[in-house]
Amino acid sequence: MEIKLLTEHYQDDQYRTLPGYKAKGGYETLSKAFKMKPEEIVNEVKASGLRGRGGAGFPTGMKWSFLPNNGETRYLLCNADEGEPCTFKDRMMMERAPHQLIEGMIISAFAINSPKSYIYIRGEYVYAAKVVKKAIDEAYEAGFLGKNIMGTGFTHDMDIYLGAGAYICGEETGMISSLEGLKGQPKLKPPFPAVQGYLKKPTIVNNVETLAAVKYIIRDGAAAYKKYGSEKSPGTKLFSVAGDVNKPGNYELPLGYKMIDLINNECGGMKNGKKLKAVIPGGTSAPILNAAEVEKATLDYECLAQMGTMLGSGSIVIMDETRCMVDMLKVISHFYHHESCGQCTPCREGTGWLSKLVNGIFEGKAQLKDIDLLCEVANKMKGKTICALSDAAALPVLGIVPKFRDEFEFYIREGYSKIKGKSHGQMHH
Amino acid sequence: MFELSAEGKEFVKSELKRYETIESAIIPSLYRVQKENDGWVSDEAIAHLSQLMNIPEARINEVFHFYTMFNKKPVGKYHVQVCCNVACAMAGTREMTDEFLRHFEAEEGEMTRDKKFTFTRVECLGACDKAPMMQINDDYYEDLTTDSAVKLLKDLK
Repeated sequence: MEIKLLTEHYQDDQYRTLPGYKAKGGYETLSKAFKMKPEEIVNEVKASGLRGRGGAGFPTGMKWSFLPNNGETRYLLCNADEGEPCTFKDRMMMERAPHQLIEGMIISAFAINSPKSYIYIRGEYVYAAKVVKKAIDEAYEAGFLGKNIMGTGFTHDMDIYLGAGAYICGEETGMISSLEGLKGQPKLKPPFPAVQGYLKKPTIVNNVETLAAVKYIIRDGAAAYKKYGSEKSPGTKLFSVAGDVNKPGNYELPLGYKMIDLINNECGGMKNGKKLKAVIPGGTSAPILNAAEVEKATLDYECLAQMGTMLGSGSIVIMDETRCMVDMLKVISHFYHHESCGQCTPCREGTGWLSKLVNGIFEGKAQLKDIDLLCEVANKMKGKTICALSDAAALPVLGIVPKFRDEFEFYIREGYSKIKGKSHGQMHH
Repeated sequence: MFELSAEGKEFVKSELKRYETIESAIIPSLYRVQKENDGWVSDEAIAHLSQLMNIPEARINEVFHFYTMFNKKPVGKYHVQVCCNVACAMAGTREMTDEFLRHFEAEEGEMTRDKKFTFTRVECLGACDKAPMMQINDDYYEDLTTDSAVKLLKDLK
């Protein structure tokens, strides 16, 4: 069953406006937060067990506590560069509930004592950016942003920044580079952004969903928030479901929910009565699960990690029995090759080779030993670069190839897809 | 010679003051140039921006070439970007793009002869529950079929 905290008012057209938001209790939590001490808010977030909802799953309260007490200006950056393929939860939140994000951000900024925040929105999200900007203007006008907010003496300015088409800017240090007006290339860590981030100042980078969740943790208290989800993965999470199901879309579920129940219940089952073949959980970077594994999987950080994959951004792609895994890997490998920023050799060269090797299968140039070569290249790309894009390119290969090796062998031997058959002929670009 | 409109110049000047560093104004300024220059950014536009912003051309070029949303050559009146990442590819956007190219006698990434369209395959645009989808200029078009998409494109004036 869905638990609607963040998504409760998504269907209300007025919720994106300030009057509509206030009618549903909007900005009341901000008043409550201002009556707390900043460290009480940090402790509440820590106690809630909230983990980053962008993909890495790092505990939010702990991230905040890494800020040094050196009197330097602190920045809060909201990561709205939603680029992980098949993820569309943050866009929907910005379009339907922008004030919820803004309120969560002001509370967070107050907690970490930050005078300035940016919402870094991917360039393609033109409409979402417009909605968010309008909401920020409304919040300024109502005195929720700017100088001396609600007479508390706390001052906070907020602005949006639009990216221009680069997956890598979703990586927090890449985002910082981009905001600084540089190429969006990631920076070596440490120093972590909390210590030295935007303009070398202490910076907290949190995902849209994470910052919105802060509002509910403060509104209801950590204990109430922890009632949802499992012990190690508390709270609710937004899942973006796409692919071969009857009702794809965004679903807010308690963490620990059974993946198969999401498919059969919320998503209305498999489309056209086809059989489930595989699921990519957590964005295309996450290793694939086959149908037997899906039966056992629960949607939380621990279970999916134990199964050798990850919860990631919460995007879930459902594939039925008609899907050719060689073809799917081709699409995925092309993506990472296209998005590698070119800074580190293992990634720049490796993503190219992965894509080339998979394409070779379609061009009839591949030999059976190339299957092992594909895995060898992927293995050599892991953990050797400044950021995780290289791993993100390698992991899908290491998930798909061993689990569906027969399809790769068949394609190389016969020259056509085992699943699609001969008539389908050569595949696309 | 390309030159921004008076409002365009004002926009760039205000962006230079909007952020903590003037270099942060490069991306928004490039968007502005693209908007005023039929959807793409030319070398002379970069030179113009460099003068206006007092930032070296090489520095602007570095940003310009890194991001995919800045077009390096002229595009049609309608830049049709078809998502061909996983969910959309599963929903048939690669075949749909082939049909667009055939129907409008276009080459991928090149303007059609009447300068009306440029078709480009792009990566995930974050509307996967509405696959197949595409973006025409700033707007998303979702839950398409090849027929409905071709008709939509044909109806564009």
